[in-house]
Amino acid sequence: MAPETEVSVRPPGVRSGAAVRFEQVSIWFDDFQAVREVSLEVAPGELLCLLGPSGCGKSTLLSTLAGFLPTTSGSVTVDGRPVTAPGPELGMVFQSSEALFDWLPVRSNVTFGPRMRGVGRAERAAIADEYLGLVGLRHCADKMPDQLSGGMRQRVQIARVLANQPRVLLMDEPFGALDAQTRSVMQREMDRIRAATGCTVLFVTHDIGEAIVLADHIAVMTAGPAARIKSSYRVELPRPRDETSAEFVALQRALRRDIGDEVQAALRAQGLDPGEPDPGEPNPGEPGPS
Amino acid sequence: MTLTDDPVIPLPAPRRGTGARGALISAGSVLLGLLVWQLLAARFGPALLASPLETLRAGIELARDGTLFDSVLASARRILIGWGLGLLVGVPVGLVMGRVQIIRTLLDPHIEFFRFIPPVAFVTLAVVWFGIGESSKVVLIFYTSVFIVTLNTVAGVLAVNESKLRAAVSLGAGRRQIMLYVVLPATVPHVVTGARLAMGNSFLTIVSAEIVAAQVGLGALIWTSRNYGRIDWVFVGIIVLGVLGFVFDRVLRIVARRVLRRYAVKL
Repeated sequence: MAPETEVSVRPPGVRSGAAVRFEQVSIWFDDFQAVREVSLEVAPGELLCLLGPSGCGKSTLLSTLAGFLPTTSGSVTVDGRPVTAPGPELGMVFQSSEALFDWLPVRSNVTFGPRMRGVGRAERAAIADEYLGLVGLRHCADKMPDQLSGGMRQRVQIARVLANQPRVLLMDEPFGALDAQTRSVMQREMDRIRAATGCTVLFVTHDIGEAIVLADHIAVMTAGPAARIKSSYRVELPRPRDETSAEFVALQRALRRDIGDEVQAALRAQGLDPGEPDPGEPNPGEPGPS
Repeated sequence: MTLTDDPVIPLPAPRRGTGARGALISAGSVLLGLLVWQLLAARFGPALLASPLETLRAGIELARDGTLFDSVLASARRILIGWGLGLLVGVPVGLVMGRVQIIRTLLDPHIEFFRFIPPVAFVTLAVVWFGIGESSKVVLIFYTSVFIVTLNTVAGVLAVNESKLRAAVSLGAGRRQIMLYVVLPATVPHVVTGARLAMGNSFLTIVSAEIVAAQVGLGALIWTSRNYGRIDWVFVGIIVLGVLGFVFDRVLRIVARRVLRRYAVKL
């Protein structure tokens, strides 16, 4: 058997990632503005990291692209067509592996999308082999999700989404619940998965290191409410990325400063209104609420 | 975003009363109960309380002439049919109520009203409407089952993790497919709980359902024994009812655990 790392999912020339465009997107929940006039562009096959403090509206933007949430104003388009509803073209990987179907073995989780489209049993078996191979889980096909580790479960989620040949992969802190070692393994795997599928990827994270390891583009968001894009960076470091290189560290410093400002702003806002709950994990080295 | 707990291996359910030690303790507890029963019977005499031995003797007597077997069969049949119909109606209604807000809003006041009216209140009406045959009893068992099953199913549907539903939509499942392939399987544990509670209620109801015009059945046995002044037969009816309920629940649990294991039914 060929090593699993050599699996090529998409024959060359077949359609790959789509161009994603947010134009002046604002999102309101009743009288609360979550996102204000965000414009973003992601070229086909590129990976954009949305980086920002917890609760800033990153996931809200992603939900809009996934078709779960309408924009209040502005438009979200994939290859020029506005997103109106969720669908297999826009593959969503959730942070929690609660999103897996616990009553189905891994294999059937992966082929859920094809099954819904009426793909036959034999073809589904081939699909399961192919995509479980891609994420290195072919030996777990008949296991139940609760028999797998957290990292393996996220691989199943990725394989389940890829089995629909999505054009855009939406990842909402997919490795956020994993331990540091597993997270770093999964981050390295992303390069391989992207090379095999050609998907455009939107990746939400609040982890600066993760963003630099993965991204072609990083968009930093301001702390909500009414979050905007604060700054954006193009990352052109060679892959796999060396976390000790001078460029890596410099970028890390810049991002930390951007986000630090936002966390401080959030804490100041909180100081004015002490009734608010804790906004999340303050960065180490940042002053606490005064 | 907060990090979610992500346990690698689910902890095994705590073992309760299993193994040789548990069996021994259970047996001891039963013996102790019998002893208390015996002491009370000795204290109050056979006119008020049949002793375990007298009950056993009466049980053998009733078993010999076939009354006991016929009673068990008749009651078990009514319970199974009424309860089964309760599941057959309650589960789909609960699924639809859980998924469709307008139907939930429409049905909720009625369910909230009727679930507080005990079946015994409807015994007379059931006989007037459905006659003195089997149907009036089955209807009462159905009545006592259906609300519990419905309410538990609704609770189950509302508890389905939002990300599962979103994942299904995003994987291309339609409304009907989501109901069949996501909502229903995710709701199974709640349905099983509802089914068990409904089974318990069916046993509470069967005696009142058989008050009027039942020839056979454990409830009927208890009521007619009263007319004959046979306290020992009443005891036989009560004990057999309890044992039958215990057996039904055990069978239900074992079947649910075996057949529905993958749906995370924990009993």
